[in-house]
Amino acid sequence: MSVSGSNPRALPWALVTPALAWTLLFFVLPFIAMGFSSLTAHEGGGFTLANYSQFFADPSYWRAMVNSLEITAIVTVISILLAYPFAWILAEMVPERWQRLALMLAVLPFWTSYVVRSYSWLLVLAQNGVINRALTGIGLIAEPLQLANTRFATVTGFVHFFVMLLTLTIFANLKQLSPSYRKAAADLGAGPARTFLHVVLPLTLPGIMVGAFLTFVLCIGDYITPQILGGNNELVMPQLVMMQIGRRGDFPLASALSIILMAVVTIAYLACARWLKIERA
Amino acid sequence: MTARNPLSTLKSRLAAACAAAALLLAAGGAEAADLNALIWCDHSDPTLLEPFEKANDVKVNVKEFEGTGAGLAIVDQSQPGDWDVMVIDSIDVPRGVEKGLFEPLPEDKLPFADLFPEVKMDKSTVVDGKRYGITEKFGYNTIGFNKTKVDPADMQSLASLTSEKYKGKVAIYDYYLPVIGMAALAIGKKTADLTEADLPALKAELLKMKANAKLVGEVTASQTALATGEVDVLVGGGEWVTAGLAEENPALDFSIPKEGAVLWSQSLAMFKDSKNKDMALKFIQYIMSPEGQARLATSSCYWGMPANTKAALTDEQKKILRFDEQPGFLARAQAYPAPNADLDKKMQDMWTEMLQAQ
Repeated sequence: MSVSGSNPRALPWALVTPALAWTLLFFVLPFIAMGFSSLTAHEGGGFTLANYSQFFADPSYWRAMVNSLEITAIVTVISILLAYPFAWILAEMVPERWQRLALMLAVLPFWTSYVVRSYSWLLVLAQNGVINRALTGIGLIAEPLQLANTRFATVTGFVHFFVMLLTLTIFANLKQLSPSYRKAAADLGAGPARTFLHVVLPLTLPGIMVGAFLTFVLCIGDYITPQILGGNNELVMPQLVMMQIGRRGDFPLASALSIILMAVVTIAYLACARWLKIERA
Repeated sequence: MTARNPLSTLKSRLAAACAAAALLLAAGGAEAADLNALIWCDHSDPTLLEPFEKANDVKVNVKEFEGTGAGLAIVDQSQPGDWDVMVIDSIDVPRGVEKGLFEPLPEDKLPFADLFPEVKMDKSTVVDGKRYGITEKFGYNTIGFNKTKVDPADMQSLASLTSEKYKGKVAIYDYYLPVIGMAALAIGKKTADLTEADLPALKAELLKMKANAKLVGEVTASQTALATGEVDVLVGGGEWVTAGLAEENPALDFSIPKEGAVLWSQSLAMFKDSKNKDMALKFIQYIMSPEGQARLATSSCYWGMPANTKAALTDEQKKILRFDEQPGFLARAQAYPAPNADLDKKMQDMWTEMLQAQ
């Protein structure tokens, strides 16, 4: 097909139109609706800022945001610390012909249902679960530990999922790294540790940040894992949003809380933006 | 005519646009002759629906929801006539009537005389002299427990829930109204008389319960915790938790303590705009029949007491549900708290505070 003679700008617009239409229909319009809903009173329907003021005035509401941020930060840091060595081993130490299989095994947890995986963790961490039985069996502890229905359980469930995600993004970044960088560093007298700290790590930072940002967004907006594994001993923002809908159907307050959560994600994006560029030098 | 708030107008138009798109995707193969039912999970059991479908040559399309707010939101986003029948908390029937959603039910065509008198719930199901809902199933939010792990005598008092003896062995069912009702019973208040002035005392009681609890879980989580031995006692549990598991775990039981228990009940209502009212009435009649009641009571999602005293339950099923003890239980049970919108919001905020308490 030739586009000569036609407007050269038409083809790119034609190609991008379906994606724009999709975003407009399924993101922009619902977002505007949610924004208006958040400024509406639940009873009576008039304009109000009360849905936002409730969040800042009620300590149990903003405590949910603090909980969300704390859990997300812990999960992101632990996931990076576990995923980086894993990705490094995959990229550097596993023979090329086994890498595809190793990657497939690494992402196996993605193949199971998220809900089933969370309930499986609940059974593993339960009072009568595998871990407590093993620890009591070998005499390390006398009484079972409370592992399930805690923040520890929520973090464990999240980390299990996000380590895989981060491994993929960091592995991709490591594979793109030309061996010449390390050779050049070695020629200039840098040892392996110095080369890693001053050459490899900075060059793989985009992969880490992309994975970390995805982890942040998915973790802070997740309802299932804290609901199943956390035992409701503390609430996070998505649980607070869901609570408003269940019986009372308070969509305006749920919308306001969702927009506050989106604002936090936007701030996180802006903080990471310099590392999230698609183009490469 | 009153002028509408421009915000509300824009919001409703956007909501309508989104709802129209969602319905196009969700309504799928629904046909006019089908019966469309907004239901709780116990109505989606094929053993309940199939006999009705075969007998009437009709397909029952079901949509599950949890919580009246979520159910009414689905109706708000639908076109009039999309839905034929709805399952709803009996205390929330007036919310549907207020929105002009429900059709009065013909009392002479339904087995009201066969219902347990205490569960007719006329205060909620009859509005301005017309009956809009019929109670189909009920039970108790009370104490569920593993009788091999606790002293069953302790389970005859709500004070045990906050005693040191059971610290860390308790789960709380995550639904604020019934558990607040239980807290009210524990402090000697009648659930029907709760006002804003009672909230501080209720909060103190809830915090004591939380301090003793290992977790606060929704239906599946709390049921799993009791069944796997993670906890020995479930605050807010009852036959709806223990009866369905009786075969595989006969140690699970429930009590109606001396302070009483909270009576829950669910009703069936018919939509005013239903295009299939004859079939909707047939469906309600089937659910309220002795056979339909037995199947609903023992649904795979959760068991509960049938509202109809003539339900065709087997002797074993009656034993598990403690059918013959119902008159005594009902005499000691108190109504589900039915706060107005303002008190409801305050109760939910108090519940949030309890959940966040460390």
